[in-house]
Amino acid sequence: MKRLDRKDLLGLEGMSAEELKLILDTAQSFREISERPVKKVPALRGKTVVNLFFEPSTRTRASFELAEKRLSADNVNISKSTSSVVKGESLRDTAENLQAMKIDVIVIRHSASGAPHFLASLLDASVINAGDGAHEHPTQGLLDVFTLRDKLGDLNDKKIVIVGDIAHSRVARSNIFGLVTLGARVTVCGPPTMMPVKIEDLGVSVETDLRRAVEGADAVNVLRVQLERQNVNLFPSLAEYSVIYGVNKDIVAGMKPDGVVLHPGPMNRGVEISHDVADSDRAVILQQVTNGVAVRMAVLYLICEGARESAFDEPAEVEQQLNTKSV
Amino acid sequence: MRQLANWQNEENYVIANVVVVDPVTGKAFTGCVGVKEGKIAFVERGEPQIASMPIYNGNELHLAPGLVDIHVHLREPGYEHKETILTGVRAAVAGGFTSVACMPNTDPAIDDKSVVEFIVKKAKIAGMAKVYPIAAATVGRKGKTLCEYGMLVEAGAVAVSDDGEPVASAQMARRVMEYASSFGIPFIEHCEDPSISAGGVMHEGYYSTKLGLRGIPAYSEEICLARDLLILNSVRCRFHAAHVSSRGSVELIRQAKEQGLPVTAETAPHYLSFEDRDLETYDTNLKINPPIRASEDREALIEALKDGTLDCVASDHAPHAAQEKQVEFDKAPNGAIGLETMLSAIVTHLVKPGHMDIAGALALITCRAAAVLGIPGGTLAVGEAADLTLFDPEEEWVVQSDDFYSKSRNSPYIGKTLHGRVKHTFVEGNLVTASLLGVTS
Repeated sequence: MKRLDRKDLLGLEGMSAEELKLILDTAQSFREISERPVKKVPALRGKTVVNLFFEPSTRTRASFELAEKRLSADNVNISKSTSSVVKGESLRDTAENLQAMKIDVIVIRHSASGAPHFLASLLDASVINAGDGAHEHPTQGLLDVFTLRDKLGDLNDKKIVIVGDIAHSRVARSNIFGLVTLGARVTVCGPPTMMPVKIEDLGVSVETDLRRAVEGADAVNVLRVQLERQNVNLFPSLAEYSVIYGVNKDIVAGMKPDGVVLHPGPMNRGVEISHDVADSDRAVILQQVTNGVAVRMAVLYLICEGARESAFDEPAEVEQQLNTKSV
Repeated sequence: MRQLANWQNEENYVIANVVVVDPVTGKAFTGCVGVKEGKIAFVERGEPQIASMPIYNGNELHLAPGLVDIHVHLREPGYEHKETILTGVRAAVAGGFTSVACMPNTDPAIDDKSVVEFIVKKAKIAGMAKVYPIAAATVGRKGKTLCEYGMLVEAGAVAVSDDGEPVASAQMARRVMEYASSFGIPFIEHCEDPSISAGGVMHEGYYSTKLGLRGIPAYSEEICLARDLLILNSVRCRFHAAHVSSRGSVELIRQAKEQGLPVTAETAPHYLSFEDRDLETYDTNLKINPPIRASEDREALIEALKDGTLDCVASDHAPHAAQEKQVEFDKAPNGAIGLETMLSAIVTHLVKPGHMDIAGALALITCRAAAVLGIPGGTLAVGEAADLTLFDPEEEWVVQSDDFYSKSRNSPYIGKTLHGRVKHTFVEGNLVTASLLGVTS
């Protein structure tokens, strides 16, 4: 497979292993660009990308912005507080107005699940989901999978544990969809109050005891405790959470000797992950962030290429782009 | 024989060459119906035997009693941008309905006789379907103070309900049932436990997990229903469960009926046509409360309609303006319009698959519905008002957004192919659909 035949990237659910591998392989070749003294290729020169962020974000937004800039796309950043949304403009009108300025891609982060799907159905521009409610965060899922593949090789039959608030986590869902498609054995672990119904029907095992869950695991992906949820009785206290579900040295000791620890950030050190684990060489948390830029470059590139129909018939074009050292 | 296209406002006439469907007797036969001064004069098999009245050709359409919908939201007063009484009754007759009962979640709520009188008067001026107001059970639908049921009933209210919301406190539900019992009117409960459903936007199950949407478990509905049925055990009033959506609720109603409790229940057409998996498109027209549930719930509802556990189907016609529905799923209001697709939905999902015959299915939206509220209609009995619906049970049509007479367009059936289509509607002998031609709402 040479081309991603999609206008939008809304989620990893329903994506084939081939499509996932295409994105990961493309990211692999893009990763090197960020290591150059001049970190720019002209792949998306003349393309316009709008980053429309209705929720706070440091990592994802900076990562997308840098990915766009390193591909030479022009970009505009809009956040909720600086947009006409505060004047009562609807999402539909905001998006249609942006499209009227002839943009190519909208990257959207929104608190409502399905908001990117809503935009994708309205717009001719491509829509990339940068996180929608508790639904999906596909580029996070991809960068996690990329990092895991980088560390563990082929993910087929690898045991990956996702720990935390599965019910409210878009990172968990995108990880599950991507990893299950690539043949990994996924276990989700957390208190039953944070476990959505019928999660096992997504092809994962459910375990409430963290020690048992991580036994022989190749990787543990630690989800952030959303502190704002504390008052809705999903868990009694942060102290208890850290004792029962916190990933610390003892927990890591139960994994495979070379097993790795991931965290999508931002971390609550001392709650879901202990200080020493976060800073240990088992943690690949900062590598995830580095890989995130490459993965987002790959997604932007493939989505634009898909939308451009036959403009890039030559697969060699990618290499040619990569070989252009500067602009 | 004359054609109905050349309708001339006769007082006395015969509609011949129709398949008469009588949901009361369960029979369907080729025959004719005579109308005199707005009332049914005769129903006969075969050709008309009378020469003194003009005869209209029914063109082999099916003729049934005018349809009865005991659960609609007409939105007036207060939300005229969604629907008015006029546009609502136009939608009703376009969908074959000659009687509708409207819910009190207006602004102000129907919690005062002046509002009942307002609605009755507006409906009379509109002159299409008959409108029966359902009054609020508590003042402002806030669950704190009983409304004046006596005066509300005198003004024309036929039931009480806080629909849109449950009567949340058990003690208040008890008082509502006690007080309603002396007026012989049903208390209609919107069964929901808000402490469980809060923040939820779809049925809790595999699909809510997959879509990352906050779920509403079926037991939110069932806890409230079970509570009310326990109260009903001690306080005998007519109790009706609105928009039953879950298998568990069906089971509770079945048991209550076996115990002889005075309970009736309805479901809505969208629960028969759709399942939670259809929300994968995040179509806000499928955001409804109670939510569209899982496959096994849909099957249980169909079974319950067949065995009589559920008494009738009501549309829960809930208009919302385009700008209100074309938003993020979490932000969209609950509800879908249903008056103009209900007969077709029932033909498509109950008759076509062979669950019920046409007369049995029609009973759900005629005589069985009218009986729940004790209102007239739903019958072809001689001497009753000539409220009649002519429909083609076979016609296949694709629902288009532009087809609706309702002021709103929030139908989950848009783009779907349905079987069966209403052709003409008579209210008290008048061909009311004739005046709809050329009307755009």
